[in-house]
Amino acid sequence: MNILAKKKTSPVKRTAKDKLMYVKKNWQLYLFFLMPALLLTIIFKYLPMGGVLIAFEDYNVIDGILGSEWVGLEYFKRFLSSPDFMEYLMNTLKLSAFGLLWGFPIPIILALLLNRIRREGIRKKIQLLIYAPNFISVIVLCGMVRMFLSPVGPINSLLGIDTNWMTMPSAFRTIYIASGIWQTAGWSSIMYTAALANASKDLEEAAIVDGANIFQQIRYVELPAIKNIIVIQFILQAGNIMSIGFEKAFALQTDMNLPASEILSTYVYRMGLLNGDYGYSTAVGLFNAIINVILLIAVNWVVKKLNDGVYKEEERNGNKKKNETRNI
Amino acid sequence: METRRKMKLGTSDKVILGIGYTVLGIFVLSILIPLVYILMASFMDPNVLNSRGISLNFKDWTLDAYRRVLENDMIWRGFFNSFFYSAAFTVISVFITLLAAYPMSKKEFVGRKFFNTIFLITMFFGGGMIPTFILINQLHMVNTIWAILLPGAFNVWNMILARTYYQSIPKELREASSIDGANEIQHFFKVMLPVCKPIIAVLALWSFVGMWNSYFDAMIYLNDAELQPLQLVLRSILVQNTPQPGMIADIQSTAEMAKVAELLKYATIVVSSLPLLIMYPFFQKYFDKGIMVGSVKG
Repeated sequence: MNILAKKKTSPVKRTAKDKLMYVKKNWQLYLFFLMPALLLTIIFKYLPMGGVLIAFEDYNVIDGILGSEWVGLEYFKRFLSSPDFMEYLMNTLKLSAFGLLWGFPIPIILALLLNRIRREGIRKKIQLLIYAPNFISVIVLCGMVRMFLSPVGPINSLLGIDTNWMTMPSAFRTIYIASGIWQTAGWSSIMYTAALANASKDLEEAAIVDGANIFQQIRYVELPAIKNIIVIQFILQAGNIMSIGFEKAFALQTDMNLPASEILSTYVYRMGLLNGDYGYSTAVGLFNAIINVILLIAVNWVVKKLNDGVYKEEERNGNKKKNETRNI
Repeated sequence: METRRKMKLGTSDKVILGIGYTVLGIFVLSILIPLVYILMASFMDPNVLNSRGISLNFKDWTLDAYRRVLENDMIWRGFFNSFFYSAAFTVISVFITLLAAYPMSKKEFVGRKFFNTIFLITMFFGGGMIPTFILINQLHMVNTIWAILLPGAFNVWNMILARTYYQSIPKELREASSIDGANEIQHFFKVMLPVCKPIIAVLALWSFVGMWNSYFDAMIYLNDAELQPLQLVLRSILVQNTPQPGMIADIQSTAEMAKVAELLKYATIVVSSLPLLIMYPFFQKYFDKGIMVGSVKG
């Protein structure tokens, strides 16, 4: 699951000559198989990384990236001292932190509930339905939200009021997070449902025979079966807290709710592509990316520690069950 | 499982289960009701919808909105463009990803660690929106389909999934084919691809749905109206509130126009979302499988 924390097994030591022979003999692997991906990666991923230089210069198209005048950290000073920037940074953090807080437990609860439905047919139908919103596009979802919440929309007429929710900064986060849960909670529960289905049924039946009530069954049988997935999912999502997507926030923005809905990625778009302030917006984007990398490294370090802990615990208990769930 | 059904539940358990199922029921309804509402609203007469909301009286129903939406060229062109982009992207992306995953799955591949690092770095750090935009501009790819097809065509995460899948295939297959004189390319196409159908299906579905539902790249790179995918057409109707001119050209009064425009949104949502919603149950098992592949360590 976790890519960075993976322990690398070193192959048998080979001499440089052996390696050269291998490359010569297997040239197809390099030229035919790897080359297209490598070229795309270099052109579309690494060249833009070089392009972050414009965060430090007064970029203009004629002089290009290498010829434009160097301004050092001026843009960074500018946005770090700007109250707007701090507001957008906080918007970004709040939106994803609250999104995680509310959105994270719901798929787990859904999976636990679905697992209790013993009538296969009913369960399958419910699953089919709650997965469906995942296939609705961001644009359509945001269109639906806008229609339902419009002053003449069904929610207002149901409540007998005519509030224009989309123009209220205070309502934005709730709208964003609730619609996110509506769209993805069902789909996110698949992973937990699969792990629960693979959990030992014997253990569960033994627990029931022993007279365990529902909370005890959840505590001792079901949660241990999905514990690893919960931990890893939480950590991965926590690590992505700064890379919250552009598309949905942008589609839910109105001029009025900007105080809450402007996040760093939409700010970069506005400043860079709409206002043409390339250097400044690249600097903001770079800042965002660096915080993101730091978060990911930190999170990865935690995963490593936790993983080692899990392995030790397993060794102590001689417990093979966790391995079984991992090898679904 | 049989024992479970026979077991008598305690009173407190019954209460807990009751609460649990109620919560589940509310969640299910919260998903069902908006979808059904949109479907029904799309058939309403605009005046009825505006004054009384949903009506179950068939006299108030009309196919007018669908006629207007389906007679609109922009919607059709959007559909066509989106289908073309998604299909092309799926073919290119899955092919390149499968190819790259093959050498990366070999333990003895010289340079494996090095290439792996090069690929992984791009998962965690990137140049960002503006440098990418400048690059695409300088490559003269703006207003060409390459701007939305190529930059994301190689997907590192998918490569890891494919690599994991390859590693689950017995190595003896390669030994056997090399005895028969097959080189790596022949082995890949004749032996590997046929046994990798499940993972290919998963990657293809993800790529297709991802491309179909995205709009950002098209928004910044495809300014030409002829090239716009469905999501951008939908964006102008649903988010920017500007119905396609042809849709309501025949209506005289402004008040009437607003009502019809509102109705058109419902029909547009149904028309644009139905294909995927109808198709997805048929591919459900592949998506499930994909989640499984993803949850095995990468």
